[in-house]
Amino acid sequence: MLRGKAWVFKDCVNTDIIIPFRFKSRTNDPYEMAKYAMYGLDQDFPKKISKGDFIVAGRNFGGGSSREQAPVALKYAGIAAVVAESFARIFYRNCFAIGLPILEIPDVTKRVAQGDELLIDLDNFTVQNLKTKETMSAKRITGYLQHLLKEEGFINYYKKHKSFPWTTPKPP
Amino acid sequence: MSSASTILKNDGLTFAEKAISLNSDGEKIHRAGDIAVVNIDWAFAQDSSGPLAIKSFEEMGIDKLWDPSRVLLVIDHTYPAADEKVANLHSMIRKFVSKHGCRIEEGNISHQYVLENIAAPGMIIFGADSHTTQAGCIGAFATGVGSTEMAIIWASGQIWVQVPETIKIKLEGRLPKGVFARDIILHYIGEVGEDGANYKSIEWYGDTVKELTIDSRACISNASMESGCKTSVFPIDEVARRFLKEVDREPKYVIEPGDRSEYADEHMIECEKLQPVVTGPDTLETAHAVEEMSNIVIDEAFIGSSTNCRIEDLEVTARILKGRSIHSGTRCIITPASKKIYKEAINRGYVDIFLDSGAVFTNVTCGACVGTHLGVLGDGEVAISSSSRNYIGRMGALTAKAYLASPATVAASAVEGRVADPRRYL
Ligand code: SF4
Repeated sequence: MLRGKAWVFKDCVNTDIIIPFRFKSRTNDPYEMAKYAMYGLDQDFPKKISKGDFIVAGRNFGGGSSREQAPVALKYAGIAAVVAESFARIFYRNCFAIGLPILEIPDVTKRVAQGDELLIDLDNFTVQNLKTKETMSAKRITGYLQHLLKEEGFINYYKKHKSFPWTTPKPP
Repeated sequence: MSSASTILKNDGLTFAEKAISLNSDGEKIHRAGDIAVVNIDWAFAQDSSGPLAIKSFEEMGIDKLWDPSRVLLVIDHTYPAADEKVANLHSMIRKFVSKHGCRIEEGNISHQYVLENIAAPGMIIFGADSHTTQAGCIGAFATGVGSTEMAIIWASGQIWVQVPETIKIKLEGRLPKGVFARDIILHYIGEVGEDGANYKSIEWYGDTVKELTIDSRACISNASMESGCKTSVFPIDEVARRFLKEVDREPKYVIEPGDRSEYADEHMIECEKLQPVVTGPDTLETAHAVEEMSNIVIDEAFIGSSTNCRIEDLEVTARILKGRSIHSGTRCIITPASKKIYKEAINRGYVDIFLDSGAVFTNVTCGACVGTHLGVLGDGEVAISSSSRNYIGRMGALTAKAYLASPATVAASAVEGRVADPRRYL
């Protein structure tokens, strides 16, 4: 169970907003990237949030560039999960690859307001709004992605199994 | 199990279904929605995704590339290094390349280099860069991933992929004067939105396609990514065959998409009705006809990027700038997409025309497209650009505004110092 506060954003928050190129292309240090998380919309975002908070966003979160630095910046800034109405494809893959939990709920921005406390259950794919007491079901995550979610990304997965999810005889 | 020839002949499969089925173990038929593990023909990263891929590769403790002859590192985004932080990441790439004996290319934009030197129909090409979709212009299945997934491909030659649903787009009618491939794709994205084709494969058809050069197709396959698509493909035809002959390359598979396939969506674009398009600012979801935008005064006109700076783009730019001057108070920056294009621009005399007009002609780099060097926007500045995206802060300051258009519209705007209709100059 994850518990934290929601930071709500609009539709189409793209990766140029999440971390501009000129910052992300000049470092390989995730904590340095984290200083610029959500820079395009709120330059103080990394200072405002507490470790374990969530991003809640509209449709097509993470569109545009393939930059893995985008989910890395969010993760190392302290964001514990992103819940959005939908995700852009490369960002979606990148989150599983690096172990940032993400969930899709089609109308989540109508059911969560800025600052609401949320309880996220990654085993059952539910998000509970502790303010409104409403529990929302997210799209289930299955197959390889579920293994990556459980083991927090490819690097951890590989270190543990010495193989990739599709080559492991019996995934966990 | 099916043989390659039965898959190729199956009229009920889309391009994406055939490409993935042919290139995954066992040649089982995979249909839209299935998860498959594909075998990769080529895998590349650039100087911003590459260092993080190298880090992931080394953190996994893997010490060997699956096949160094199919792994390419390209230094293109901030080339040559604009500062010491970039220089250090570039040298990290060079060290990795010399340790593993894989390929490196410096000072060519990856997608254009891959098209000119590597891509062939039926190949599976993965790049740690979103615009990898460009190689769909000659019938490759080409798509972008992030750095860690690139590291996994480097290690194993494989990656998981969900077989995409397909959107079929038919282009009909002659393109009017002043309307180009970029206008078609900006118009399409304006209609369907930045996620209009999310996770999908786009297949392009219709009479107009026959008239589109490889340069124009490359622009469309590249810029389609802004609709979220996984791949954007022109099925192989005479134009593609002529290109392959010129570069002396054979197809891996000649994939004819079935016409009894099931599509997620079908569109028809009547090209003869299109006008030059100007998109933005901040989003590609607002596409306007150029005349609605003519009151916008610009500080910078950028003709560059893998999206729109091939030789036909420089040809139309030269036609417009010949004998004219860039408007005072406006800067015009022209950045070709490859060294081959750069040389051709010199040979054809375009560079003289550019310099005489007052434009800057730079080396090959992503540069201004990503606001990293050679044309970064300052506070409150306004740009019109042929590059890929106009997002907040992409080309520089957060308060700058960028509009996207074809190179012809950008060149006409450079002359007038405000958004201008290229049809007056052609
Ligand atoms: S020119 Fe722009 S769109 Fe093309 S690869 Fe470089 S950054 Fe990406």
